Amino acid sequence: MKWEIKTEDIHTSFRDEVEELSGESFGACYQCGKCSAGCPIAFAMDHGPTKIMRFCQLGMEDEVINSDTPWLCASCQACTTRCPREIDIAEVMDALRIIAKRRGIKPRTDPDIALFAEIFLSNLRWFGRIYELGLVGEFNLLSGRFFKDFGKAPAMFLKRKLALLPSNPFKWGKVREIFKKCEKMKEGEGRE
Amino acid sequence: MARIGVFVCWCGSNIAGTVDVKKVAEEVSKLPYVVYSTDYKYMCSDPGQNMIKEAIKEHRLTGVVVSACSPRMHEVTFRRTVQEEGVNPYMMEMANIREHCSWVHDDMEEATEKAIELVRMAVAKAVELEPMEKIEVPVTKRALVIGGGIAGIQAALDIADGGVEVILVEKSPSIGGKMSQLDETFPTLDCSQCILTPKMVDAAQHPNIKIYSYAELEELDGFIGNFQARIRQKARSVDMELCNGCGDCWNKCPQKKIPSEFEAGMSDRAAIYVPFPQAIPNTPVIDRENCIYFQSGKCGVCAKICPTGAISYDQSDEFITEEVGAVVVATGYDLFNTDVIGEYGYGEIPDVISGLQFERLSSASGPTEGKIVRPSDGKKPEEVAFICCVGSRDDKYGRPYCSRICCMYTAKHAILLHHKSHGSQAYVFYIDVRAGGKGYEEFLRRATEEEGAIYMRGRVSRLYRDNGKVVVKGADTLSGAQIELHCDMVVLANGITASPGAEELARKLSISYDEYGFYSEAHPKLRPVETNTAGIYLAGCCQAPKDIPDSVSQASAAASKVLALFSGDFLTREPNIAEVNPFTCTGCFTCREVCPYDAIDEEEVTVHIDGKKVTRTIARVNLGKCQGCGICCAVCRSNAINLKGTKDLQIFRQIKAFTGSEKEKSDEPVGSKK
Ligand SMILES: Cc1cc2nc3c(=O)[nH]c(=O)nc-3n(C[C@H](O)[C@H](O)[C@H](O)COP(=O)(O)OP(=O)(O)OC[C@H]3O[C@@H](n4cnc5c(N)ncnc54)[C@H](O)[C@@H]3O)c2cc1C
Ligand code: SF4
Ligand code: SF4
Ligand code: SF4
Ligand code: SF4
Repeated sequence: MKWEIKTEDIHTSFRDEVEELSGESFGACYQCGKCSAGCPIAFAMDHGPTKIMRFCQLGMEDEVINSDTPWLCASCQACTTRCPREIDIAEVMDALRIIAKRRGIKPRTDPDIALFAEIFLSNLRWFGRIYELGLVGEFNLLSGRFFKDFGKAPAMFLKRKLALLPSNPFKWGKVREIFKKCEKMKEGEGRE
Repeated sequence: MARIGVFVCWCGSNIAGTVDVKKVAEEVSKLPYVVYSTDYKYMCSDPGQNMIKEAIKEHRLTGVVVSACSPRMHEVTFRRTVQEEGVNPYMMEMANIREHCSWVHDDMEEATEKAIELVRMAVAKAVELEPMEKIEVPVTKRALVIGGGIAGIQAALDIADGGVEVILVEKSPSIGGKMSQLDETFPTLDCSQCILTPKMVDAAQHPNIKIYSYAELEELDGFIGNFQARIRQKARSVDMELCNGCGDCWNKCPQKKIPSEFEAGMSDRAAIYVPFPQAIPNTPVIDRENCIYFQSGKCGVCAKICPTGAISYDQSDEFITEEVGAVVVATGYDLFNTDVIGEYGYGEIPDVISGLQFERLSSASGPTEGKIVRPSDGKKPEEVAFICCVGSRDDKYGRPYCSRICCMYTAKHAILLHHKSHGSQAYVFYIDVRAGGKGYEEFLRRATEEEGAIYMRGRVSRLYRDNGKVVVKGADTLSGAQIELHCDMVVLANGITASPGAEELARKLSISYDEYGFYSEAHPKLRPVETNTAGIYLAGCCQAPKDIPDSVSQASAAASKVLALFSGDFLTREPNIAEVNPFTCTGCFTCREVCPYDAIDEEEVTVHIDGKKVTRTIARVNLGKCQGCGICCAVCRSNAINLKGTKDLQIFRQIKAFTGSEKEKSDEPVGSKK
């Protein structure tokens, strides 16, 4: 963790970059701590969401980018719903993941978190909605943890939490179209 | 022969739940002089009061003891009750068997016994009570306001609008106070001068207001409704009648290197000067300490140049005595002297300035015409740090209190910087931000959200110069980082201290002040604008740090107190004050030494001893000033001074009723006039 901040550190474009990407303004955060208080993943994070907001306010890029917090964030939006300043913190976390990806930075504790995010998106793109079996299969294959959570499968089948086949194939194309459209829009905006 | 009636109240179950009220009534009926006693659920209710009235009629009562709650609660009620039936109101005595008994005990038997004792004592005193009349003192319906800042101006205007003449005494050459030095004001950012100047003009033109500027209170004599204020009009060295304010003198005065108080030292003024262009009055004064003529006898330029011959070097201080009935003290505040904080380098590092200096830099009427520039080289400051709580909340400098306005004026400064110096970045170092007023939190949010100020949670440890910059060594406890900023300018939000000379003025007025020199209000919640000295009120920062809205509110509150005081031709006061026995007073005046209210006057009495006329000087209690504290009674060696309503005899009877033997207790009081 950086121990000293100098004038020039504050004047990097990092704060602006995150503000633009997330559409949120860091000046609004008054560091009340409510986001960290309610975050279900905070126990596993190196810095709670409140501190990530503070780092962003002060343009502390290294701390933010090298933190696992944005990767661990489950996008549950507990923070966003409860923030008294109506900041969409989950959106900030999203933006931070995008920036990290742009810079080729992988989560420190577990690089597979990034992998999971990729597979999740491509799974969605292909099947229109999440095809859990495919997701698990691909993730286990690519992460090299072939039998991860294998034992849980039978119970999940029985409880009908895992389907054998993906959803209605005739609707797949529509979601793909949405993805394409988004990509085009982002190209125009310079987002990815 | 005294005929006493005792009325024991249940106060619902408040008393009756713990005290056997029937037994109390029965027991006390056996006491000497008690001719009637009874109990009732609520003595203060209409039926309860009627019982008292009926009993007075039926039993020809001369005194009444109500055994109920605290006299603070209902003394006035029951005094009125007996008065309505033709008994002198001061012939009513209360025994507090609620707060002093039922509320603090559980055991019924013991509580009942104690209640009986309390009533027994009250009866013993009631036998010795004497009828008293309220005191009436005539009032002079004129008010003195000391200090012509916004608080003093507002108080003067409100009192004057109420049809009362006001004498406004201001120490400096112009009225206006600190507010005249401010740029825009939080939380609405209206221009300070624009809202203040009309009020200054109103005050100057009001037919009921007389302003003494460049004047000070020399002495205050008298008491509520009847004060004599001796005012020292300092020599202006300029004739106010002749001067037309043309300004030739201060333009031509060769002595121009005196740091201007109004500009907080950011520019200079001449030896003859008006503090600022909108000054009221717009007549200059000669600062004799810096005037060449007064120091060396040479020069005299202003006298030569003045087209109306208004310069008058041989003017001297004048003394005027004004009769007033009430005083409003509104002497404002001063700013903490930041020189003493060595690590901040104020006074050594030119680009470390005070909050007031920033106001002047930012003000369109200031030395830079509102351009925010660094004092060292006149360049635009790109990075500006603001440090909160400088000399506030700091035990090291003997100021543990919060100055209340600096958080807000710092937020304002960050906003003004953003408005007037485009692209400059404000950093605010704070401990926590206090923004409790109406619209204040929103104002603060505006600074961080819309105006881009970056707040750092931590006190700055040190400022030093490096390469033309001021290095700020701070911390941000929220991120846990140590901060090192290279700034172009640093603004210290120096805290508020009592105004210079506050303690000396307090002594002249006989009012009290706290350990920091702020004047004490009579009660922090319920009497916030009164002092402990009757007829003297407080307004603005002289009482405690406050902002303009609060200063103005307090000023209007003080004005309403003054107008209420003047609503009748006489003041009525409770008669429980000290009284001198002219036959036993030896004239030693020990009482005068100890009286905190200066209420002991001298009186000449002529007595005949052995056929010879002897004139003696003895003490006399001033009816207007005495507050009935009783200190004099305790020190009088000849027992000549006594507090009416709690005279020695009355107290001793009570003590005896409590401590005496059974026989003594039931004996008829010995030596009593009854
Ligand atoms: C940098 C700074 C910025 C501020 N900005 C704001 C703002 O934006 N908004 C806001 O609401 N408040 C602001 N304030 C606070 C504001 O200045 C005060 O609330 C206000 O001036 C208090 O008025 P006052 O009349 O009590 O005192 P003062 O303004 O101090 O007036 C007292 C007057 O009494 C006179 N006097 C003193 N002693 C004597 C004596 N013995 N005899 C006769 N006369 C005497 C003085 O000369 C003076 O004229 C700011 C203060 C500072 C320091
Ligand atoms: S809940 Fe909102 S305001 Fe509070 S710390 Fe988190 S982001 Fe900041
Ligand atoms: S959205 Fe992310 S940061 Fe916010 S509460 Fe959920 S897991 Fe925590
Ligand atoms: S006499 Fe004094 S005030 Fe007048 S011009 Fe000379 S120095 Fe200035
Ligand atoms: S108002 Fe703010 S800056 Fe001023 S002393 Fe209080 S906390 Fe400190």
